[in-house]
Amino acid sequence: MAVITYREALNEALREEMDRDEAVFIIGEEVGEYDGAYKVSKGLLDTYGEWRVRDAPIAELGFAGLGVGAAMVGLRPVVEFMTWNFALLAIDQVINSAAKLYQMSGGQYNVPIVFRGPGGAALQLAAQHSQCPEPWLSYVPGLKVVAPATAHDAKGLLKAAIRDNDPVCFIESELMYNTVKDDVPEQEYVIPIGSAAVKREGTDVTIVTYAKMVHQSLAAATKLEAEGIDVEVIDLRTVRPIDVPTVIESVKKTNRAVIVEEGWPACNVGSQLVDDIQRDAFDWLDAPIARVSGLDVPMPYARNLEKLVFPNADHVVEAVRHVCHVN
Amino acid sequence: MSEPTEPVATGQEPPAGQEPPRGRDGDGMGGNGAGAGETAAPREPATAPDEDRAGELAAEGDSTDFLGLSRDESVELLRLMILARRVEEKTAEVYQMGKIGGFCHLYIGQEAVAVGAITPLRSDDYLITAYREHAQALVRGITPESVMSELYGRVDGCSGGYGGSMHMFSKELNFMGGHGIVGSHLPLAIGAAYAVRYRGGDQVCLCFFGDSVVNIGAFHESMNMAARWGLPVIFFLENNAYGMGTDIRRVAAADELVQRGKAFAGLESVVVDGMDVLAVRQIMDEAIARGRNEKRPTFIEARCYRYMGHSMADPSHGTYRTREEVEKWRSDDPILSYRRRLIDAGRLTAGEYDEMDRTAIEKAEGAAEFADASPFPEPSAVYENVYSDEYAHGIARRDRWRKEFS
Repeated sequence: MAVITYREALNEALREEMDRDEAVFIIGEEVGEYDGAYKVSKGLLDTYGEWRVRDAPIAELGFAGLGVGAAMVGLRPVVEFMTWNFALLAIDQVINSAAKLYQMSGGQYNVPIVFRGPGGAALQLAAQHSQCPEPWLSYVPGLKVVAPATAHDAKGLLKAAIRDNDPVCFIESELMYNTVKDDVPEQEYVIPIGSAAVKREGTDVTIVTYAKMVHQSLAAATKLEAEGIDVEVIDLRTVRPIDVPTVIESVKKTNRAVIVEEGWPACNVGSQLVDDIQRDAFDWLDAPIARVSGLDVPMPYARNLEKLVFPNADHVVEAVRHVCHVN
Repeated sequence: MSEPTEPVATGQEPPAGQEPPRGRDGDGMGGNGAGAGETAAPREPATAPDEDRAGELAAEGDSTDFLGLSRDESVELLRLMILARRVEEKTAEVYQMGKIGGFCHLYIGQEAVAVGAITPLRSDDYLITAYREHAQALVRGITPESVMSELYGRVDGCSGGYGGSMHMFSKELNFMGGHGIVGSHLPLAIGAAYAVRYRGGDQVCLCFFGDSVVNIGAFHESMNMAARWGLPVIFFLENNAYGMGTDIRRVAAADELVQRGKAFAGLESVVVDGMDVLAVRQIMDEAIARGRNEKRPTFIEARCYRYMGHSMADPSHGTYRTREEVEKWRSDDPILSYRRRLIDAGRLTAGEYDEMDRTAIEKAEGAAEFADASPFPEPSAVYENVYSDEYAHGIARRDRWRKEFS
């Protein structure tokens, strides 16, 4: 085991998969000579050359579609969006091409492609650079959506995404690239897409969360432990497909659920999870399900306002106390 | 043009408000009527067409030696055009009978483009196109039965009934579809061409699209990358002058659409007469060689015309173009003019033509009968082909009240 950063874990995953399969290439803005806008692709150009590490013009629609076309004829592109906010320019290729071609062609053309890059808020980047794309993407049949919270999961899931035969949207985080560090095995491993992880075991309440909010939730759990509330934290890791059985099993044990995510509250991942839980575990619930999310506003720039919008551990603590009927 | 006796279509317009003449042609081609909406009075387009389409063409068909094609090869081009025409006419007929659903865009009038452009490709070359693609699928080698079954939404369709009129595919024939969002498939085309360079191959990717695409960002993004990286793609613009019901000159700030390609260093950009199958074939031979040998893209603007409305739901003419304009283009029909050239050159007799036409009609009829007898997909097929490997917990789990799938 070695402790490495989230960023280094992604870089290792790319290298290992590019070594393993010559069909894997990366394309995106600044991925080559500049070593990546966030240095995830550091050093890859030197190792693999320009056809496998392609610096693209600022033309997200074009180079995302290039990836889809290359995937149709057997390559395994990793399309890097400098951030998922810019992927909105390419959403036609993600949704209308990548997600649909396998079905529209009657199962002839699958699209083994990874669209990856950071999503969510960073530090005072304002409204256009602070969005969480997971709900938009996980609405779409044909896509898989992955959002890991740890270096270990980032590496294992990116390797799985690259090997997957269908389009996978992989959402990282500017804030986690450098600050999240954890143990990563020396030997090779792959984490299956669609499997959640119990990041902390507990008996009183289940927190279901993913990505950055895993860390806020774990911090909340530590605080709540001092109050005598034993929290279980489930990291979904994949938001399409959601590992519903793992969630249900936990809720049946704790009888209470709090769903925590970073983005806007309407029609988000939590909205869907509430439906899944009430359908499969209604009789086990001792309290209404609580949801913690960002505020329902475009992200403002001012430091104090951004802090208000962004959900934190204290908000999670409040929600847990609420479902446990503790004031 | 090698046939100066034929009037070349231009945009000479009748007085505004004049009722279009009624009646049908007697040439037997393009004969499913002009579609709905004939009561609308024509008016002048905002920008009157003022150019002879043959005015500045980079290549013309060589009627003397037929590009070196053998007699059989040259006649095969005609056979394919007739087949495409007759299958499309049958498609229009059965659409009006309610056998085909959704949008249905017919190719009638543009056959010289599909045949001239697709026949010189190798089987390992790639072909990708938009939603007016039935004829292109046929010319590439998808059978009339498979095309018609797809239109009918049946299991024997080339996309298993999942795609329909706009989404025909054949991976076996490297026919990469049938795409329904205007301009969205140009980036896919450069992706296939990127894969060719990546693997050190010598295939090309032929990408058809319509004139409306020249205003779309993906057009410029794709041309830029293809030219910059030397991707063997052939951007083939079928300029039939109208994007649905809008004259392209009303919405494109370009004297000629081919100019758009000339903005990109390394992108050879040429114009061809899209009503002349040999001219199209000749310019494609050059583009293919450029892609295969020099790893350079080409942009071809073919000037052509669709006789029918934008889709089966639209009128052939009315508010946006006149019946007279349609008739002028039809009088220079690509099938009839090429037929005459073959006969004049002693490569075809009128009797052989009639026999070829009868065979095409029979094939179209047979395809429709085949499609009508082909089964609908099983209800359980609704969850197939969404993901190519096992979806973690089943995609049907949220549909628990839909017992037909359980």
